[in-house]
Order: sequence, then structure tokens, then C-alpha cells
Amino acid sequence: MAEKKKVRKTPLLDELDKGPWPSFVKEFKTLQEKKEVVDDLMGQLEHSYETRIGYWKHGGIVGVMGYGGGVIGRYSALPDKFPAAKHFHTMRINHPAGWFYTTEALRKLCDIWEKHGSGITNMHGSTGDIVFLGTTTDELEPTFSDLTEAGFDLGGSGSNLRTPSCCCGQARCEWACYDTMGLCYDLTMEYQDELHRPQFPYKFKFKMAGCPNDCVASVARADLSIIGTWRDDIQIDHDAVKAYVDNGFDIVRDVLMNCPTKCIDWDNKTLTIDNSNCVRCMHCINAMPKALAPGKDRGATLLLGSKAPIIEGAMLSSVLVPFIKLEPPYQELKDIIEAVWEPWAEYGKNRERVGEFIERVGKGNFLEEIGLEPVPEMVKHPRENPYIFYDEYFEDEDEEESEEG
Amino acid sequence: MAEAQKERLTDIGPPHYEKHLPPIIKDNYGKWKYHEIVKPGVLLHVSESGAKLWSVRAATPRILSIVSIRQICDLADKYCDGYLRFTSRNNIEYLVTEEKNIDPLIKETTAIGYPVGGVGHALSNIVHTQGWVHCHSAATDASGIVKAVMDDLFEYFAEEKFPGKLRIALACCLNMCGAVHCSDIAILGVHRRPPKIDHNNVNKICEIPNLIASCPTGAIRTATVNGQPSVEIVEDLCMFCANCYTVCPALPINDALNDGLSIWVGGKVSNARSTPMFSKLAIPWLPNNPPRWPEVTDAVKNIVEVWAANARPYERMGEWINRVGWAKFFDLTGIEFTKHHIDSFKHAGTTFATSAQIRF
Repeated sequence: MAEKKKVRKTPLLDELDKGPWPSFVKEFKTLQEKKEVVDDLMGQLEHSYETRIGYWKHGGIVGVMGYGGGVIGRYSALPDKFPAAKHFHTMRINHPAGWFYTTEALRKLCDIWEKHGSGITNMHGSTGDIVFLGTTTDELEPTFSDLTEAGFDLGGSGSNLRTPSCCCGQARCEWACYDTMGLCYDLTMEYQDELHRPQFPYKFKFKMAGCPNDCVASVARADLSIIGTWRDDIQIDHDAVKAYVDNGFDIVRDVLMNCPTKCIDWDNKTLTIDNSNCVRCMHCINAMPKALAPGKDRGATLLLGSKAPIIEGAMLSSVLVPFIKLEPPYQELKDIIEAVWEPWAEYGKNRERVGEFIERVGKGNFLEEIGLEPVPEMVKHPRENPYIFYDEYFEDEDEEESEEG
Repeated sequence: MAEAQKERLTDIGPPHYEKHLPPIIKDNYGKWKYHEIVKPGVLLHVSESGAKLWSVRAATPRILSIVSIRQICDLADKYCDGYLRFTSRNNIEYLVTEEKNIDPLIKETTAIGYPVGGVGHALSNIVHTQGWVHCHSAATDASGIVKAVMDDLFEYFAEEKFPGKLRIALACCLNMCGAVHCSDIAILGVHRRPPKIDHNNVNKICEIPNLIASCPTGAIRTATVNGQPSVEIVEDLCMFCANCYTVCPALPINDALNDGLSIWVGGKVSNARSTPMFSKLAIPWLPNNPPRWPEVTDAVKNIVEVWAANARPYERMGEWINRVGWAKFFDLTGIEFTKHHIDSFKHAGTTFATSAQIRF
């Protein structure tokens, strides 16, 4: 109808429309004429590039009815200059496990976001959600209504359970030691209330990795890291091993010398593995995927407590359960999860992640609280200092009694 | 208004993944036997049944418009029967069941701006955050730096030229939505000036006890300013974490003159060979220099190429540094070692060298 709309000039951003790597500026430009909000977003970003500082105000509390998360309120600090970006809220939408999509569903999401928002997305956000970037407060409820009608729901934010995510697992990987997508979906559905309504001291994340390669970085990014592993012997196809070697593969340099526990032997004919000393690191399997495979008695190691630096410094998850079988309905796992949540939700300080909570109260005390026995697999080594916090001590009378016993 | 009478659905959760799986995956779920990399960016998975699935991995800028998603869908309809997936590092994976479709698909996805690569010992996409595009606490932009760094390192994405895996991540502040603390190379936005206190608003929009409790070093104390309840900051104790700003908007920490980037190296999450490791500080501060951040791209490229030239097969950045020592890392990269490299936070003493084992 109208002639070509005039759009803002963005000479600095235009520099990033060049070069071989995909350009986010190009993405904005696909909608710059059609959506005023995108034009103003680009204007504000160009202004940031000129002045080297951001112009988004601190979030506000906005959301959809009955939910305490899933929407991040965002307002421009320069609403007079960039009026269409005055409200620029984010919606987090819980992705299908493993990030598999039919194009039909993706097109539906595009239609919803074209109608209600900027048309700009992240595929995906850091926690795994589909992220719709930029809409107004008025559009939140209508967007939610269209999303649920299309079979999608919001993800987590704030002091909620965050959207669980997983690797593609058995859907497309021979190394998956349990059904990551099945478990991810099951836990997501089981804990919808925790996902949508904040009831924790701070965020809580699950990430499921099918094997110790940990393609979803669960050991660094999830409060509960569920990492696939196996208890029995690595499966060896001896003919395939020989084929690797015959094709010039340097098995001594690339496999034996890289084995962290030196539990592999090769006598120029046969590969043998001392499985009792194998730590399930995956290296030999990664290097020879046609010849080696994880064993058949499969499950997972549970590790607890990883997080980024805020507040007390970054942490990796640490071992909570060395091995657990993971089959539906996953009751043993759910019992552990709920046992972990209980003391943390009760005694955790505001914005204290479970890893920080455990460090504050002591891992030994925490284990006692949730009813798990301490085992050596939980530590790198026993304590080095003699400052043991004993809960009890003998009185003189007790000593006599104990001598009698 | 029929619209208003519609039943309001809540807590339905995400769609079941099975609805989104192509038939070949449904048929071979849990039955995959092995995989191989058949060409740059293309994985072949073979099932016990003999079924073959090619995954063609294409880069995205993470920010995608609906216009582009529809274009990507067009390609998936044409070559993949309408199925695709995304990876944990923001790549597209086109799921191809007919080998003849691979080359035309690669040609078309490259033509629409999403080139193929990033598999095996190649550089994969940079996991990153929102930056100035959408975040209130960003010390830098995210997408812009990622674009500049990947343009610079594109050859390493397009082909497997590295001795091992290399994972780069970027977070625009210490909140680390991108959780970059375990990456081979982490680019991290940092603040360097204590928050400027908006005394007229502290008591109006923040809870002062919460604000004081938010500071990990106890640097924030109560104060009365101009007759109003407010706070003061002991600047010597501030380590610029911005946790106070997160709980109280009246303590803005963003500062154009002092914000910038730091570079960290040697982290990993995989258990392969060595256990997971944190990234360690390589460069404490580089300037914010949009639109192409040349100081950052040069620093990253230098570290990448020194590692690539010196590491043994499979050796990740942190494994290589552990083998040759940090002194050699600083020597080979030409990066200056300063007092800021020596930890001064909790458990700092555990990072000091406590042996006479030194390489000369």
C-alpha cells in the first residue's frame, strides 16, 4: 500500500552485515521496514555502538496470569528516542526436548510472533528455551493464549525451576546411556508448578547429558547434572579395531597414551581394557566410534551444584550419586530431587544456589539431611585439614560406659 | 467475542518431542550403532538396522528473524521432509535421509547465509548472551563481538584444521547467562568501576537490607544522604560483580569508560581424557571497540593459533597448557602476566605454585 518506508541509518551496525559468518544485523534488516520496533531496536543498538554502553532499563515485573516466570520485563531507557522499543519484553518458550522441530511447528511459532511481537527470536536462549525478543505488556497474554493453543508453554525465569534441557540422546547418538529426551520431558511435566511459580531461594536447573562427553555442559551449567555412564565393560569390536589400525590410525599415540588411567593395552593384535580401572572418560570411544561402545549396564551419575560466578564464585557440580538406573517413571531420581529441594528451599538464603548452600552448610551435613550415605566417589580426596566439626563428644561418665562395651 | 470464551490453557508443558521426530529417528531411537564425519559439517549416523541419517550442521547468529526461520523451513521441507533440529550451540542441523540431497542443501543454506561446518576438530559456534541488544547489565555487546571473532576465524569453522576440539563462549557480564566459565576460550564482559548510587531512589525502589546482604564482600553499608536512608560503598572492597545492581536498579554499574572485555582460557566440560576444568584468566581487560572489536579478535586469534600450532592430537587448550605450563603459555602467546592474574578471592592460596618443579 504505502511506498517503501524510510528506515534508520546504522553505519556501525552495517559493518557487521559484512563477512562470511551469519550476521545478526542481517536478521534485523529482514524486518526493519515491516516492524517499527525492529527499526527502533536497531537505532538504540547503533547508539550503544556509538557510546559504548547499553540502554535497557532494569527489568520490571510483567508476566502472564497465574505464572511467576517465563517473561523478562524490559524497557528502553531512551523511550523518547526509540518509542517503538519502549516496552521490549522477552518471552521464554519451553522448547521440545532435544530441539527437534517439524517445520510446521516452527512456522506456527513464526506466525504467532509476527502477530504479537518484534519477529526477532533466539534459537535458542542459553538455558535452552525458544526466546521471543521484544513485545509490549499488552501483547503478553494474547501471545500466551496463541502459544498454548499451538501446544507450547512458557519456560522458567527468576527463582523457578528453569526449563530443563538435554542432548539429543538416543534420538541420534549411539553413546546415550539413558533416554535423555524421555527423562527431560518427564521431569518437565512432573514439575510444571515449580517451573512456572517461583518457590525456591534462587534458580534451579536440570541438564541431561547422555554420556560423559556432556554436550549440554551439564557439569558446569546445571544445579543437577545427570550424566550418562555405564558400569560394565566397554564393548569392543576387534575386527573394527584392526581396521582402524590397518588404515594407519596411530592407536598407541591417539588412544593408549591419552587414556587417563592407562588401562588400555595393545599388543599389535588385540586391544584389552582393564575395565575395573576405567573412569568412563569416553576418549577411546570418541577416537574409535566404529570399534568401541559404552557397556550395556547403563545409567547415569548424578552431580549437584554447578553455577556461574554470581555470587560466591563459579562451581562445577560434584558427585551426589555415582550410579543410578534411569527408567520410567524415574521414581528413585524424583525422590532424590525432592529431598535436595527440601532443605535448600527451607534454609537457603535469598539468591543462594544449591551449590553455595551445600558449601555453607557442609556437604557431609547436607548428605545427612537428605539421607544419602557418604562414599569416596563424592570427593577428589578426603579432607586435608584436621578441623573436624564433631556434633557430639563423650562426657566422663560416657567414657566408662564405652570401656565397658 | 468467541476469543474471550476460549478455555485458558496453562501448565501444558512443551510439546512432546515425539511429535517432532522424523520417521527415521522414531524407527531407530536407541538403535544407533556408530557415526562418522563424512565431510566438513556433515555427520553420518548409521543404525543397527543399516538406516543412515546425515546431519548437515549450519551456523546461525543465534538471533534469527521469523523471515529467516521460514527460509530455513523451506530448505528443510525441500531436503529433509520437513524436519530439523537445533544444537546446544545454536547451530541448525538439517536431518537428511537421502545422500543426494546433501550437496544441493549445503549450496542453498550457504546461499541464504547459514554456512556449513563446525563438526569434529573444527571451531563450532560461539555460545553467547544478549549484550546491548537486550540486557540491562551488559558490560559489552555479545552478537557483535561473536560476529567479528567468527568472521576472523571462519576458515577454522569451515574445515577441520585443529588438533582437537575448541569451544569459545561469550558472556556480556559476570552473571554469565552464557556460563562461559568452562570454555577453551571465554570472552567475558567486565565492569571496572563501582556502582554510582542514585541516592534519591535507593530507598524508594530497593529494599536496603536485601541490598546490603547481596554484596559478597560486605562493601555496602547503610548511610543517610541528604536526609534520606541510602547506602555507601567501600570502593576498595568492590570487585564489580554487579550483584547489588541486580537486586537494586538504583546502583547502576554500567560505565562506558571502564567497561570492557576479559579473555579466559583452558576450560572444558567433557570428561574425555581430563576432568572438567574452569577457564583461567589470560587477559584481564581489553577495550570495548565496536563495531569490530579488533583488540578482542586479534587476542583470540593469537591464542587459537598458538594452541593449534603446539597442541598434540586431541589436546584441548587446557590440556595443552597443563602439559607445557602456564609460563610457556604466556611466553608463546606474548601475553603479559600481571598481578591481576594472581587470584585474590576465596581459596586464592590453593592456586599458588607450591613446588620447585619449574621449566627453564
